[in-house]
Amino acid sequence: MTRRQRRLTLIGISLAVLGLAAALALSALRESIVFFYSPTEIAEKGVAPGTRIRIGGLVKEASLQKNGLDARFEVTDGAKVLAVTYRGVLPDLFREKQGIVAEGALDASGVFRADTVLAKHDENYMPKEVADALKKQGVWHEDKGKGGAK
Amino acid sequence: MIAELSHYALVLAFVLALVQTFVPVWGAARNDTTLMAVGEPVAFAGLGFVAFAFFGLMALYVGSDFSVANVYENSHSAMALVYKFTAVWGNHEGSMLLWVFVLAIFSALVALFGRHLPDRLRANVLGVEGAIAAAFLLFILATSNPFLRLDPAPAEGRDLNPILQDLGLAIHPPLLYLGYVGFSIAFAFAVAALIEGKIDAAWARWVRPWTLTAWIFLTLGISMGSYWAYYELGWGGFWFWDPVENASVMPWLAGTALLHSAVVMEKRDALKVWTILLAILTFSLSLLGTFLVRSGVLTSVHAFATDPTRGVFILIILVLFIGGSLVLFAVRGAELKQGGIFAPVSREGALVINNLLLTTAAATVLTGTLYPLALEALTADKISVGPPFFNRSLGPLFLLLLALMPFGPLLAWKRGDAYGAAQRLTYAAGAALIVAALVLYSTQGGPLLAMAGLLAGVFAVTGALTELADRVALFREPLAASFARAKGLPRSAWGTSIAHAGIGISLIGVVAETGWSEERIASLKPGENVSIAGFELLYKGIDERTGPNWRAEVGHFDVRVGGVTVATLDPAKRVYLARNQPTTEAGIKTFGLGQLYVSLGDSEAGGAISARIYWKPYVTLIWLGTIVMALGGMLSLSDRRLRVGAPRPAARRAAATPAE
Repeated sequence: MTRRQRRLTLIGISLAVLGLAAALALSALRESIVFFYSPTEIAEKGVAPGTRIRIGGLVKEASLQKNGLDARFEVTDGAKVLAVTYRGVLPDLFREKQGIVAEGALDASGVFRADTVLAKHDENYMPKEVADALKKQGVWHEDKGKGGAK
Repeated sequence: MIAELSHYALVLAFVLALVQTFVPVWGAARNDTTLMAVGEPVAFAGLGFVAFAFFGLMALYVGSDFSVANVYENSHSAMALVYKFTAVWGNHEGSMLLWVFVLAIFSALVALFGRHLPDRLRANVLGVEGAIAAAFLLFILATSNPFLRLDPAPAEGRDLNPILQDLGLAIHPPLLYLGYVGFSIAFAFAVAALIEGKIDAAWARWVRPWTLTAWIFLTLGISMGSYWAYYELGWGGFWFWDPVENASVMPWLAGTALLHSAVVMEKRDALKVWTILLAILTFSLSLLGTFLVRSGVLTSVHAFATDPTRGVFILIILVLFIGGSLVLFAVRGAELKQGGIFAPVSREGALVINNLLLTTAAATVLTGTLYPLALEALTADKISVGPPFFNRSLGPLFLLLLALMPFGPLLAWKRGDAYGAAQRLTYAAGAALIVAALVLYSTQGGPLLAMAGLLAGVFAVTGALTELADRVALFREPLAASFARAKGLPRSAWGTSIAHAGIGISLIGVVAETGWSEERIASLKPGENVSIAGFELLYKGIDERTGPNWRAEVGHFDVRVGGVTVATLDPAKRVYLARNQPTTEAGIKTFGLGQLYVSLGDSEAGGAISARIYWKPYVTLIWLGTIVMALGGMLSLSDRRLRVGAPRPAARRAAATPAE
C-alpha cells in the first residue's frame, strides 16, 4: 500500500467509528432523555400520562402519608400542587418543606407515580431545577441557595 | 496569625508563579541560560509557600480556630481528629488550595528530575506550569480565599457535611487531584514542544512516565470515589453518571489514549501531532472538569456553594488555556515533522484504533454531560441525561474496545499479521465462550448486553494472559526455559498485560453487578425474615448509639445460610447533631467476591423499619480490577527503560536516577 492508501484507510476507519458513535449517541439521546417539569408546567402544558418525566418542587407541609413502604405526598412550586405516590425507601434527606426531584410518569388520574425520588445531600441545598421553578413563582429567596455537598 | 501568614504566603506564591511564567520562557526565547535557570529555584520556592499556606489551613482546622470563616463553615470541635485534617479539602476554597498544592508539587518535581532535559524545553515547561499555577492562585486570592476572618469569632463551628466525615475524603480527592493535575505536565510539555516547534522520541520518553503516573492516580482516585459513593450513599450503586463523575472519567479516557499514542511516538516516531493534541485535550478535560464542579453550572451531588463570579473566573481560565494552546497547535502543529509509516494492520494501527475508540468515548461522555446545558440555554427545556444514555452509547464502544484489545499486543510494529494473532487467541476466545456459556447455564440467561460484556471482559483477561504466555513460550518450551524468559521479560510488558487484564476484571464486575444483582425492599418488624440469593436475613431489632458528634439508630441482622448464622450486619442511620442531618451507614458483608448490602430507611410506627437489601455478585471485581490496572501501571513505571531522564542516560547514570 502506498502512504496515501494507508492514510485513506485510517481516515476511513476513523470516520466509520465516529459515525457509529454518533449514531449510537443520537439514538440513545432520542430514547433516553427525560424532561423536567414543575407542577405549574404540568398543569399548564399538559403532559401525556405514561410519558417518563422528572418533576420537582418542595414537599408540601403536612402532606406526607406513609403506610409501610407506600408513601404519598404532594409537591408544590408555590403556585400549583402535584400528588405523588412512591413505593420504596425514601432518601435520608426527604422531609416536608424540602426540595426534591422525582422521576416517573403521570397516571390517568393525574397522580405522579414516582419510581425514583432524589433529595440532595445537604439540608440547605436545593436542586437547581427546583430552585429555578420556585424562582419563577416568586417563592425563592437567594439565601436558601447556599451550601452544598461533597 | 497563622491565617494572615498563610494568606501572605499565597500572595508570594502568586508573584513567584508569575516570575516562573515569564522569566524562563523569555530566557528560552533569547537563549539566555541565566534567565532560563531561574525556573527551578522559583518552582521550589513556590512549592514552599503553597505548602506553608496549605499546612497553615490544616493547622487552623486541627486547632478549631472558628474565627476563620472557612473553618467555622466546615468544622466542629467535637469532630474526630482525622476529619479535622481531611476537612481542609472538604470545601470549595480548601479543595482549590489542594489543587494548587498538587500543581506546585508537580512543578517542583519537573524542576528536580528535569536536569537532563534540554535547557529550553525545561524552561518552557516550567513556564507553562507557572502560568497554570498563577491563574489558579489568582482565582483563589480573588474569589475563594480560605483565610477570611470572622468578627466576632463564633464559639462553635457548623460542622463538616456528614457525608464527608468518612475516610473516603482522606483518599479520594487527593488521588483524584494527583491524577487531574498530573496531566498538566503532559500539557506543559506539549505546549513547550509547540513553542519550540520541535518534538522527538526523547520528548515522548519524558512525557510517558508522567502521564502514566497521573493515570495511575486518576484510576485509583475514580475507583476509590466510586467505592465511597457505593457504601456511603446507601443506594447500592457504584456509578451514577453524575456530571462530576463524568468530569473525572473524560480526562481518564483521554489520558488512557495519550498513554498509548505516546508509545507509538516513542517507539516509532509516528503520531506526533496527534499525541500533542491529545496531551492538550487531556488536561483541557481536567480543567473542564474543575470548571463544571466548581462553577455549579451542573446539578450534582458534588456541588459546593455556587457563586457565579467563580464560574466566570474559571471559565476565563479555561478559555485562555484551552483556547491559547489550541491556537498555538493550529499555528505550529503543521511544523512538526511526521515520521514512521505503518500498515493499517500493525501494532501502530491497533493503537490508532484504541485511540479512536477512547477519544470517541470521551466525546460521547462530553456530549451527554453538556447536552442538557446547551439545550437549556437554547430552548429553556430542562432535561436529564441519565444512565440509559451512557449505557446505550458507551456500552458498544467499550465492548468493541475490549474485544479488540487482546489483538494489539500480538501484532508486530509496522506490519502485523491479524490472522496469526487471531490463531494465537483461539484458546483465549474459547475460554471466554466456555465461561459465558457456564454463566448462561447457571443463571438461565440475562440481558444481551450483559452477556456480550461478560464475553468481552473474560476475553480481555484470557487474551492478556495469552500474550504473556506467548512471550514466555509457555508449553512450547520446557517450564524452566519459560521461567527464565519470564524473568527476562521487561516490566513494561508485564505491566501492559496486567493492566489489560485489570480492565477486563473490572468489566466482569460491572456486568455481574448490573445484570445479576438482586434487590429486596422490605418493611420489617423484629423477628421477621427476608430471604435473598440463598441468604436468610433475620431482623433482630434496633438500638441507639452515640458518637462524638452524632447519634445513630443501629439495626441488627443475622445472616443465615441453611439455618446457621454466618454473619451479622449492623446498618445504621446517623444523625449529625450540628446540622441535624441524617446519613446512611450501609451494612456490608463480603462473601467470596460478592457483597450483601443492607441500608436502613425510616423506622415506622409499630416498631417496623424499612430496609433495602441487595445481593451483588462479584461486585468487588469492579474495584479490584482498577487496583490490578494501577498495579500494571506501576510495574510499567518501574521499568528501567521508562525512567525519567531524557536524553537517555548511560546505564551508570540510569542506576542513579530515581524512578518516578
